[in-house]
Amino acid sequence: MAEITNNQPNIATIGDDYATKYGFRDPEDYFHKGARGLNHEVVEMISRMKKEPDWMRQFRHDALDIYLAKPMPTWGNTELLNSIDFENIYYYIKPTEFQSTNWDDVPENIKNTFNKLGIPEAEQKFLAGVTAQYESEVVYHSFQADLERQGVIFLDMDSGLREHPDIVKKYFATVIPPHDNKFAALNSAVWSGGSFIYVPPGLDVKIPLQAYFRINAENMGQFERTLIIADRGSRVHYIEGCTAPVYSTDSLHSAVVELIALDDAYIRYTTIQNWSHNIFNLVTKRAMAHKNATVEWVDGNIGSRLTMKFPCIYLVGEGAKGEILSVAFAGNGQHQDAGAKVIHVAPKTSSRITSKSISKAGGRASYRGLVKVYPKAENCKISVECDALLIDGASRSDTYPTMEIDADNVRVEHEARVSKVAEEQLFYLTSRGLTEDEARLLIVNGFIEPFTKELPMEYAVELNRLIELEMEGSVG
Amino acid sequence: MKNTIFAFKNIHVQVESKEVVRGVSLEIGPGEKHAIMGKNGSGKSSLANALAGHPAYEITKGEAYINGQNLLEMDATERARAGLFLAFQYPLAIPGVTVANFLRSAVRARNGGDESVLKTFRKDLMEMFAFLEIDKSFAARYINDGFSGGEKKRLEILQMAMLKPKMAILDETDSGLDIDALKIVSKGINQASPSDGGVLLITHYQRLLNYVKPDYVHVMMDGRIVQSGGPELALKLEDQGYDWLESKNARAVEV
Repeated sequence: MAEITNNQPNIATIGDDYATKYGFRDPEDYFHKGARGLNHEVVEMISRMKKEPDWMRQFRHDALDIYLAKPMPTWGNTELLNSIDFENIYYYIKPTEFQSTNWDDVPENIKNTFNKLGIPEAEQKFLAGVTAQYESEVVYHSFQADLERQGVIFLDMDSGLREHPDIVKKYFATVIPPHDNKFAALNSAVWSGGSFIYVPPGLDVKIPLQAYFRINAENMGQFERTLIIADRGSRVHYIEGCTAPVYSTDSLHSAVVELIALDDAYIRYTTIQNWSHNIFNLVTKRAMAHKNATVEWVDGNIGSRLTMKFPCIYLVGEGAKGEILSVAFAGNGQHQDAGAKVIHVAPKTSSRITSKSISKAGGRASYRGLVKVYPKAENCKISVECDALLIDGASRSDTYPTMEIDADNVRVEHEARVSKVAEEQLFYLTSRGLTEDEARLLIVNGFIEPFTKELPMEYAVELNRLIELEMEGSVG
Repeated sequence: MKNTIFAFKNIHVQVESKEVVRGVSLEIGPGEKHAIMGKNGSGKSSLANALAGHPAYEITKGEAYINGQNLLEMDATERARAGLFLAFQYPLAIPGVTVANFLRSAVRARNGGDESVLKTFRKDLMEMFAFLEIDKSFAARYINDGFSGGEKKRLEILQMAMLKPKMAILDETDSGLDIDALKIVSKGINQASPSDGGVLLITHYQRLLNYVKPDYVHVMMDGRIVQSGGPELALKLEDQGYDWLESKNARAVEV
């Protein structure tokens, strides 16, 4: 992992804000934009436009029935959840007729947007492959030829289904079935885009693969679907980022991400979630770790109005390892309801959860965690550490940890802390010439350092910059 | 009025609406070292914190100037940028922030955000590490996080050396140090003391003053300076304790 040598805040850039940096919008010149709202016709239309096999078409219709039948969650921030106007959402927008493998073939507006977001630059510098999703479809895709030759598959999910139907059919929705929860059912009905990755046995994809998700239209619903399979003894690191324009009305992002790490495989999945503050981010992420496999979720949540996301790992094979490292930043009007779940099914499995949250200016951060150990999962090791930092008295932090341990010889460590930025700390730093804002920022950056040090350097710098913007409080 | 770097007059300080400093005045000229001695609770640390701009220590009355600028119109940040430095009695831990990153930010901030001062940063830092006999690994450790008492004090003096203040107030920098550490810290203070600036040593004991020689010694008691003199005053206190001053000032203490 790259060592971070100079990730301190750059004071010169304080004062930039989300609106100009990420929150700009493009004019809509789309190949297809359907009507608002959701019903079986919309599902049929999506499946038909994608020319899907019958099983997938049926899967979608069944999922829609499940979605319609399931009630809204009665836990979490029900007030915000119930404020979503689902009839006002666009469930499918296809911006371009074709996906491109050359940025020059991407429509000017969209290309400029990804340019501003630094995607082509990152692609050249330190990524082995990129998918860029705009609204419902991946509009650009690239992948290093030598990895492709070695049998690694990295495609958008739709192309994956078309080109590798057998693998997709074998694994799709096996980790997160549609009836898992209402939003998993919704995604299953209208999914579009996302990534499909398969790494053949023993292969180490040394350079990260990245997907970038951009919402542009107002009241957009984005429902990408990602499936990653790391075959025996293989390794892969996948990174996703996302942003959207600032609108006064709500948009919806509801993804389903399934990871399968077969025996001895390793998957790291890194997220920098930076949605604008009008987006509801309701995501289901779950991984299966087989014998001696390792899965790591590195999950950073900075943006969105309400995020409900609890990355989960099922440790189903003996000796499997799971790690969930998360940071949530809740500013004014935001609720980050984030957390982690680990299910120990097999013996000698180990897990570590490290959750850091920062609440500022009335923001609310919740940690919701579950660690479950089944009776056969003897000799497990579990470590849970939750740290909450409150920047001011108006902000809020809640912790909802659950542990269900039904096996013997389980070693559990659990720590939870809530701290405030202390006046003494601020004075110490200001007495060295830092302003109070700079001092607070330094304290916050220090607080999340266990997270940023796990990111590739470019992302660590980016994350610190995002935190800096949020600390500045200029986000509209 | 003589040429002063740092001067304050009739300073009164309140903490939680209790008056802890009750009219203290001092003038410090270029190159001068002053020491304020006194027992616990005499108000000397409160004076130091108030002068550095701690928001919990309210200066209710008096005047203070650094290099002719009105100190009391500045917040803690501005005071530091004007050249004031306080070495803390109890330095704070900032987990996750490395010593090197912090010092780089502080040096830049002290110089009003000027990046060019950082050109020789690495070299200067390494030189000071060597001088203060600090291991290089210190640079990557988190500020005061899990530091021993001696390491914390060394880090304070390292900051002083890197920030090059015009006026340094050292609050009980000798407390909790064994003799070897005291010698190293003293060496650092002497090295970092500006030839054209001032130093104010605040201490309970005389032993620091064996290594950092003051030009003037003042004794604080119940929020006031009750006695001033040369270095010999410190020796007398070491020898006879504070009792003779207490009986002498007993009347003054009762308000």
